[in-house]
Amino acid sequence: MAEVEESSKPLFAGLSDISISEDIPVEGDISMPVGSQNADNDFSTLDEPVKDTILRDLRAVGQKFVHVMYPKKSSALLRDWDLWGPLLLCVTLALMLQGGSVDSEEDGRPQFAEVFVIIWFGSVIITLNSKLLGGTISFFQSLCVLGYCILPLTVAMIVCRIVLLGGSGLVSFVVRLIVVTASFSWSTFASTAFLADSQPPNRKALVVYPVFLFYFVIGWMILTFSPSH
Amino acid sequence: MSASQGSTNTNTEPWGSFDDNNIIQGSGSAVIDMENMDDTSGSSFEDMGEMHQRMKEEEEVTAEAAATEEDNGEYGDFLGMKGLKGQLGRQVADEVWQAGKQQASKAFNLYANIDILRPYFDVEPNQVRNRLIESLIPVRMINFPQKVAGELYGPMMLVFTMVAILLHGMKTSGTVIREGTLMGTAIGTCFGYWLGVSSFIYFLAYLCNAQITMLQMLSLLGYGLFGHCMVLFITYNVHFHSLFYILWLVIGGLSTLRMVAVLISRTVGQTPRLILCGTLAALHMLFLLYLHFAYHKMVEGILDTLEGPNIPPIQRVARDVPVVASAVVNATIKSIAAVVQSQ
Repeated sequence: MAEVEESSKPLFAGLSDISISEDIPVEGDISMPVGSQNADNDFSTLDEPVKDTILRDLRAVGQKFVHVMYPKKSSALLRDWDLWGPLLLCVTLALMLQGGSVDSEEDGRPQFAEVFVIIWFGSVIITLNSKLLGGTISFFQSLCVLGYCILPLTVAMIVCRIVLLGGSGLVSFVVRLIVVTASFSWSTFASTAFLADSQPPNRKALVVYPVFLFYFVIGWMILTFSPSH
Repeated sequence: MSASQGSTNTNTEPWGSFDDNNIIQGSGSAVIDMENMDDTSGSSFEDMGEMHQRMKEEEEVTAEAAATEEDNGEYGDFLGMKGLKGQLGRQVADEVWQAGKQQASKAFNLYANIDILRPYFDVEPNQVRNRLIESLIPVRMINFPQKVAGELYGPMMLVFTMVAILLHGMKTSGTVIREGTLMGTAIGTCFGYWLGVSSFIYFLAYLCNAQITMLQMLSLLGYGLFGHCMVLFITYNVHFHSLFYILWLVIGGLSTLRMVAVLISRTVGQTPRLILCGTLAALHMLFLLYLHFAYHKMVEGILDTLEGPNIPPIQRVARDVPVVASAVVNATIKSIAAVVQSQ
């Protein structure tokens, strides 16, 4: 901030010479060209090393992960929204759900593109729905919240894969069912904690249902995943 | 608003007296000349938006014209000096950016204005619940046009629920889709039915002079899918064919009767009523039949080849019912024959 004041002093130095009499009403628009004065400050983040930029972004993403896992009424997720976290989670989930085998006979498994499209178009539709119902949250903030709340389901996917390494009998199915149900309800609860505040109070159920359906479909895709070997 | 207007402004009254020019041009008539109004659509939202847009555009155009006039004056003075070239470039870039942003926001406001759909999503949860239950209750009064709610939230949520149920059914029946994906097929089927059949019945209603709008038809058919969702949810998990037939007749029939009764109440004449309601009933019931059987044949085929003549007792397949029925019939005939012979 000190730099700004120093650079602006020579520009405003001449004002002290002008005297304005009180009879003349002063009115009008004062618009300053934005590009010239702040040019030096805007480019300051370009000069730092790449490692700093990446670490700063990763730290922001990690902080939001923590907010999702322990959903309190904080506005950090909404204030500084970003879409890196959702992209990371979506790609991880889609890669894990793909399985890796190119077997075209028993291809009941969702492919990468299907999972990707379901997550992103589902989020867009839920966002449009909550905006049409009179929500005060912006488009990208809602996308950010919905994407970050996929984290519990991704964790459940990892756990399911580990459980499936030990066999695919009834016990493993019951364990997977419990894990997926718990994480899907956690996701729904976390996202409604952020989204429902922006709705009029008597319409929360109308917004929660599509979110419930969305995470239910993703959770069901995780539960019915079975590796090909 | 100041005295820079072309005509002389004789504002004697504080509220701005009548402008004599306009009155004289209008030749003393109190009728507004509608020729000059740009009639783009019937909705008042869009008219207001258009007028607002046009006013903003005029302001921006005059502001741009004023700005470019000032800049053209400056160019002549500073054209030879290299030191200020950076500032000129930045100003030009700034204006190009502003112009581009305005173009983009104009296009966005015109095409992606979701506010057009906002009135159709204005519902309360208990209204949605009531309409869901009413969609299975046929109305009795068909001499008076029945009220149809024009909302899109309930139908859209029902269509998405049906997509989810269909996906589940396709997965459990092991359907293999060669040219496409499961998700695409499910979404295409459900949305195609909702939008396509609605449009077709609306077209027929237009031919048969029925009093129903497109929005009402979409809403009516969307809520009619509630019965379908329930039946499919039950029968994709419990595989008795007889159960499916009973549910198809009862629940499918009730929801069809409701839609048919509403349409009858809004149509005049026997033949138009017959055409419209017969088509809708046939399409609605046949769609449920198709959804059930399209994803069950796989299961039956696979199980037939695997089992052969020995059917284990815990097999939940349709074949049980006819086999059991024929076995029962045979047993009763044999017992009756035995009884008759013994007498």
